[in-house]
Amino acid sequence: MRARNMELCGWGRALAATVRAWRPERVPAVQQALRAGRDDGVIAYAGGRSYGDAPLNGGGDVILTGRLNRILAADWKAGHVVCEPGVTIGDLMRAALRHGHAVSVTPGTGFATVGGCIANDVHGKNHDRHGSFGDHVDWIDLMLPGGEIRRVTPDGEPDLFAATVGGIGLTGIMVAAGLKLRPVKSNAVLMKETRARNLDEFLAMQEDARNRNTYVVGWIDATARGRSLGRGILETADDSPDTVDAPMRRRKRMPVEMPGFAMNRLSVGVFNALYYHRVPRGGRERHAPLTQFLYPLDAIEDWNLLYGKRGFYQFQCALPDAESPVGLRKLMEAISQAGTGSFLAVLKTLGSEGKGHLSFPMRGYTLALDFPAKPGVAELLGRLEHITLDHGGRIYLAKDGAMKAESFAAMYPKLGDFRRVLDGIDPDRVMQSDMARRLKIRG
Amino acid sequence: MAGRGEQRQTWLVLGASSSVARAFARVVAEDGADVILAGRDMDDMRGTAGDVSIRTGRKVDVLSFDAEDPAGHEAFAADAGKRAEFLNVFLAFGAMPEQEEIDADFALAERAIAVNYTGAVSVLHRLAPHLEAQGDGHVVVLSSVAGDRGRLKNYVYGSAKAGLNTYLQGLRARLFRKGVSVTTVKPGFMDTDMTWGLDGMFLVASPEQAARACLKAARKRRHVVYVPFFWWGIMTIIRHIPEFIFKKMNI
Ligand SMILES: Cc1cc2nc3c(=O)[nH]c(=O)nc-3n(C[C@H](O)[C@H](O)[C@H](O)COP(=O)(O)OP(=O)(O)OC[C@H]3O[C@@H](n4cnc5c(N)ncnc54)[C@H](O)[C@@H]3O)c2cc1C
Ligand SMILES: NC(=O)c1ccc[n+]([C@@H]2O[C@H](COP(=O)([O-])OP(=O)(O)OC[C@H]3O[C@@H](n4cnc5c(N)ncnc54)[C@H](OP(=O)(O)O)[C@@H]3O)[C@@H](O)[C@H]2O)c1
Repeated sequence: MRARNMELCGWGRALAATVRAWRPERVPAVQQALRAGRDDGVIAYAGGRSYGDAPLNGGGDVILTGRLNRILAADWKAGHVVCEPGVTIGDLMRAALRHGHAVSVTPGTGFATVGGCIANDVHGKNHDRHGSFGDHVDWIDLMLPGGEIRRVTPDGEPDLFAATVGGIGLTGIMVAAGLKLRPVKSNAVLMKETRARNLDEFLAMQEDARNRNTYVVGWIDATARGRSLGRGILETADDSPDTVDAPMRRRKRMPVEMPGFAMNRLSVGVFNALYYHRVPRGGRERHAPLTQFLYPLDAIEDWNLLYGKRGFYQFQCALPDAESPVGLRKLMEAISQAGTGSFLAVLKTLGSEGKGHLSFPMRGYTLALDFPAKPGVAELLGRLEHITLDHGGRIYLAKDGAMKAESFAAMYPKLGDFRRVLDGIDPDRVMQSDMARRLKIRG
Repeated sequence: MAGRGEQRQTWLVLGASSSVARAFARVVAEDGADVILAGRDMDDMRGTAGDVSIRTGRKVDVLSFDAEDPAGHEAFAADAGKRAEFLNVFLAFGAMPEQEEIDADFALAERAIAVNYTGAVSVLHRLAPHLEAQGDGHVVVLSSVAGDRGRLKNYVYGSAKAGLNTYLQGLRARLFRKGVSVTTVKPGFMDTDMTWGLDGMFLVASPEQAARACLKAARKRRHVVYVPFFWWGIMTIIRHIPEFIFKKMNI
């Protein structure tokens, strides 16, 4: 097997790495790739939908898992599937929906893979109701850094399971997983969109919706100020009994990367205002295919080229319920003052802690926004990191490319448990990534 | 298509652990055909079988097949023929050791010939009577642009594929008489395990693109197709370079 020297980047395109990339098409080849590793270690790179440096390993090896993309087995009665790690969530969702099931938890893009979703213990718009991805994993076949494959279950090996779920690839290479699906009556949801005029109103509406609806997500206008600070659109949805036609729409593709100046305060402000006013004052309701509701951005391939050559950062934090009203206001003020405008920021609720040592969710609120990688972005991200820390929150590793190691350690109280597991299974530090080095995850 | 009526179509995929073969299996199953996967790596093919049948609801079988064991091909062909109501053949297996390695170890030359030429001829020969008896069907064989001209960097592999091309011309004439089409596919570069990490790749087709092009060519009963099509132009130029110049070139 040969490797290829190439440049890879995270979804935000602000961080990139030159790596030696292996691309196994079957499981034994994963072993060869692991064993061929060099001093600079190795990490899995899957769909590349993490925004920062989680799947990057500059100067070292990566194992591309995209060709390990087979759904190996399915039991549609019980709602269990067995997948290779590179199966995309979108593909799995399409197969499941044909058999009366849905992937229990999915991120906002169908291009993320099963492996990536386990490694970040991703949450969806139904987190209050259904928890995070790791809550629906029956078992993981994990290839340990030494090449041995071990079946890891939540009960059989709770520590290794907790280190692998949300463990950003640092426990080894997952080569298969058993997942539990959720039965659904149709391929559709009944969704409702409602305006929220400001942050307080928004939080009150979310508080109400999290107890009532299966799916809840808020699109927040990060350019609004003053009395409108924190205004946005609340989207709620519930499983619909009625199937709708899901036309196979051709995805549009960003033809080229946009010039950097295209994303300025004015264009983003106009976009956000349009997005807000698109929904009538009294709200609106409609049936939509589940996939369209879950993956609105997937309609445009490579939309990350929008931010031009320099790319962008995404900031996503979670704050506990009690700190949210004050903390979110401070975050929104800092953002709207900086005026570097993010379009389509997301504000939603989270239900409870995940099973992983480094799982991101906590009961409270999560806020996510994009910032073009322009001068000043580091200062802004630093300020937001500070506010998050002050309010007992944490920053999401799937999105991060900027946080300081000390902040990370303060935000993730189970880091010590995580390190202990890694010291046990990977004393030679075979698994490495740019993120692990930046955040000094191994200490 | 005459003779096909309501019969259940099956594609026999030889060399099914290649990523193009996998993609082809998905594409034809989505299109409504059953599939028999044949090759050496049973574990891998069982994975593909599960995947294709879960995604498409079609029946997918797995058969053990080794191109380098011609003695087993008679029984293999009979088995495949029995499993399918109506057989079509996609031949994807191949082996491309690097020329430098071949120069150092003649066994690799023998293997390239045994897989790409002898193995393909042997199995197609054993399948031919089954296809003739059907009076219809398609055979699609992955050959290579490398067979169009002997090149310094790849001439043992190239000569085996050239031999295969000539064999396929004859087989085409034979099966044509019984309503079976034979399509020689000459891929340029495809993004598979064979080419990952090789220098000098350009205009690379994804396995899915290549697979779709192969199915389309079969439907149109094409004789010879280049995949992607513009390789026809490239190879036309390469074939017309005078030998006294070509022999000095480093390609
Ligand atoms: C438009 C968009 C919307 C998103 N919405 C959400 C959301 O709503 N909720 C949410 O939680 N996240 C969301 N994300 C983030 C995304 O879901 C995560 O970053 C996810 O991990 C991406 O999966 P991936 O397959 O692209 O993995 P990559 O980004 O390639 O890798 C992610 C991590 O997984 C590890 N990994 C991948 N495969 C394996 C394997 N086989 N074995 C071991 N480790 C492995 C990698 O090493 C890396 O650390 C979104 C991202 C985008 C682009
Ligand atoms: N990739 C390109 O750019 C390119 C260009 C031109 C032509 N081609 C041709 O396209 C075809 C597919 O190749 P690929 O690119 O997918 O390469 P690949 O990944 O190397 O696949 C080759 C396949 O051939 C099988 N094979 C090798 N020896 C065999 C044997 N003795 N018996 C049975 N099967 C055997 C392999 O099976 P195992 O898993 O058992 O090894 C594997 O499935 C080949 O005929 C190749 O020559 C490829």
